[in-house]
Amino acid sequence: MDALRKKARELLESGDSEVIIGYGEGSGNRARAIFVQKPEETERLILDDRCEQNLAVYLLKREVKSLGKPAIVARLPVLRTILQLAAENQLSDGDVAVIGISPDGELVDLPDFKAIEEYVDSLPLELSPEEQEQLEKIKNMSIEDRWRFWTDEFSRCLKCYACRASCPFCYCSTCVVERNIPQWIPVAPHGQGNLEWHVVRAMHLAGRCVNCGDCARACPVDIPLNLLTQKLDEEVFSNFGLKAGTTSELNYALSTFKPDDQENFIR
Amino acid sequence: MTGPNIYKPYLMKIGKITDEAPGVKTFRLLFQDEEKGKNFSFKAGQFGEYSVFGEGESTFCIASSPTHTGYIECTFRQAGRVTTALANKEEGDTIGFRGPYGNTFPLEDWEGKNLIYIAGGIALPPLRCVIWNSLDLRDKFKDITIIYGARAVADLVYKHELEEWEQRDDVKLITTVDPGGETLEWKGEIGFVPAVLEKEAPPCENTIAMICGPPIMIRLTLPVLDKLGFAPENIFTTLENRMKCGIGKCGRCNVGKYYVCKDGPVFTLAQLKELPPEY
Amino acid sequence: MAEKKLLKKESLGQLFEKLKSDGRRILAPRKKENQIAFEEVSSPEEIAKEYIQTTTSAKFTVFPPCEELLRYRFEDKEVQIEDRKLDPPPTVIFGLRPCDAAGFSVLDAVFSWDYQDAFFQSRLEKTSVIGMSCNEADEYCFCTSVGGGPGNTKGSDILLTRLGSGDYLAEIITDKGEEIVSLAPDLFGPAPSDQKDEFLAEVPVRFEHKELTTKLGAFFDNDLWVEQSLRCVGCGACAFVCPVCVCFDIQDEADKNGGTRLRCWDSCGFSLFTLHTSGHNPREVQSQRWRQRVMHKFSYLPDRFEIVGCVGCGRCARSCPADMNLVEHLKEIVETK
Repeated sequence: MDALRKKARELLESGDSEVIIGYGEGSGNRARAIFVQKPEETERLILDDRCEQNLAVYLLKREVKSLGKPAIVARLPVLRTILQLAAENQLSDGDVAVIGISPDGELVDLPDFKAIEEYVDSLPLELSPEEQEQLEKIKNMSIEDRWRFWTDEFSRCLKCYACRASCPFCYCSTCVVERNIPQWIPVAPHGQGNLEWHVVRAMHLAGRCVNCGDCARACPVDIPLNLLTQKLDEEVFSNFGLKAGTTSELNYALSTFKPDDQENFIR
Repeated sequence: MTGPNIYKPYLMKIGKITDEAPGVKTFRLLFQDEEKGKNFSFKAGQFGEYSVFGEGESTFCIASSPTHTGYIECTFRQAGRVTTALANKEEGDTIGFRGPYGNTFPLEDWEGKNLIYIAGGIALPPLRCVIWNSLDLRDKFKDITIIYGARAVADLVYKHELEEWEQRDDVKLITTVDPGGETLEWKGEIGFVPAVLEKEAPPCENTIAMICGPPIMIRLTLPVLDKLGFAPENIFTTLENRMKCGIGKCGRCNVGKYYVCKDGPVFTLAQLKELPPEY
Repeated sequence: MAEKKLLKKESLGQLFEKLKSDGRRILAPRKKENQIAFEEVSSPEEIAKEYIQTTTSAKFTVFPPCEELLRYRFEDKEVQIEDRKLDPPPTVIFGLRPCDAAGFSVLDAVFSWDYQDAFFQSRLEKTSVIGMSCNEADEYCFCTSVGGGPGNTKGSDILLTRLGSGDYLAEIITDKGEEIVSLAPDLFGPAPSDQKDEFLAEVPVRFEHKELTTKLGAFFDNDLWVEQSLRCVGCGACAFVCPVCVCFDIQDEADKNGGTRLRCWDSCGFSLFTLHTSGHNPREVQSQRWRQRVMHKFSYLPDRFEIVGCVGCGRCARSCPADMNLVEHLKEIVETK
């Protein structure tokens, strides 16, 4: 933690960064996102197991952008998010100073995207055993049971869009649910409206999800939304061999055509 | 149900469609239930929620005068989902109407006063209602002046009525178009509404001014009224805000603690000055 | 003055049976994995044990997340409207905390303002509340800061307070409460001598809400809103778990034969909430929307209806993905020079 605060202080004092996006003490023994702009306030930064929120969601928010050049405290999901956002042309090299954090909580110096790519490459990106178990449980269900499971989960959905708001990849200035000519996805939180929203959300994140888990954490009614995007990431990987957040070059399976594509319907 | 459904609209038949200007139409609406139509009344300044069943509702003022019974009129510009659906309707089609909602222009307080109406472009409809209302009760008021401008001749709405008002000798009508918006036949003024107002320089004593227009026109016209000596309590305007229920429940249209649908849409400049800039 | 009685814990089961045979459905907090929410129960055993507050509120009983306002059919150029025949089932909400019970009067203030919302009123009429005082509170509770309290009777028809013995002090507050007692009068014994206050949670007052309302009167242009809302991600979680948030949207869903007009929950936190078709948005940035939330609850509602738009249940803070924590912000406002 001291190393982190020291680094943050250096960035602010040298003028390299104007705001540090990091974690601070929250309510009820939670950590929360804080935006440190003065060197003396770097003492508020913390780093421990409670620091789970994907801070990269703030990199594209106009209110945060207006604070100036950011630095960000970046654990693995945040590092992958930055790479993926770069691949999608939302960030350029040098836009944000990255204070890398290893899985053990140590500082990692990552001066540019290439360094981040190399670092991410050195870490395991597979799901943890607990995550695998959760996914297997659903995969082992019959189609009918799976359908029942998900419609049951979605029946609690209130369309609060906390999942969308907390995901760094939901950055569309007008989300598809906000289009009303025509209203592609029903607004109302009834069965059909909820199902359509979650299917669209999962599809729009297929192969882009970096498994930060914020969607499931944000959901006030505890729907395990991350399982949907994890599963679709698995599909994209097994079909196209690509994982999200590994490179800053555009490499997205669902929007790139290659002549040796295994599907031939496009020819 | 313990009571009537306050969200249920009247069924209205589109009686007459007038193309006012590019993208702008006027509908004359007749109550399908004639009994309800006979009993329907409203006051100048009030608005309604007009439904296209299957698309949604849109908020417009009631553009006809309360002195004309049996029908109501609305004028709208095609802009979004509901207004596009409305623009595609034909005479004889059915739409819905909920209202009348909102507060009113207090015409009853203005007996014996001069009235001056200042409007721009598509914003004449909210004033048209009260213009006709005052003309139908002509004896109650002293001088009536209307200053109306639009970007170009084609954008002027209620062209036939403008002619009618021109012919009348108990009302002074000044129409203007922005420089460059005139046609060869144009006989009216050429200039922006604030400039025309300043030139016309109506006296402010015993006069009520009503102004309705795009934000930029209002911003530039208010200083002129101020210069001419109009007190903020005597300048009236109508506000627009995003609405859904129109009856103070959905929480959407508030400007500070006031709801445009309940405490408005008619506000005096004195009231506006107290409102936070949230509209 | 509320009549005091004793309801033994063993009698709950019988009370439930009597309520059910009277044709009432019973909603009570049920635990499902990490969630505690109000659901239909048939016996007291199904009720969650040891909880401070449910995750979502009981607001849906009188104001559902999605509700049909009317239905219509297309016939050529004609439209036929079918009115809703609203016949809500008689319902007893059991175990509602005093904060939530007080919330119904805030909902009522809006739905009965001038135009009487029959959808809301017909449900409220058929709803009875058997409230449950709070023996425990957590750091998110702040009912005492907004005029409430862990044992307050406002909004409850009967308020139960669990005593040391495990039995309940039952305060019969309204006619509806008496009606319930009359279904099973022998279950309600003479009042115990226990002092109710001994069994109530300690909920320290965090701020003075009248002071807050006064402060907010001149706070509109303050820069603090920007700083406070930086971490807000702009979702609707706070509004949707809140027992008194009442803002809604109206949507039409139809095909070529006909359709429905629905009312569904909405949140002033969404950027779309005040967006005009022209593209103009009076609340373009999150700080303006955050300000609206606070002002509406603690300034505009008190000014117009003399009612605070918050009951201090703490759900918003518990559910917020960004840990905004309303109370911290409110205290900051009160303490700002």
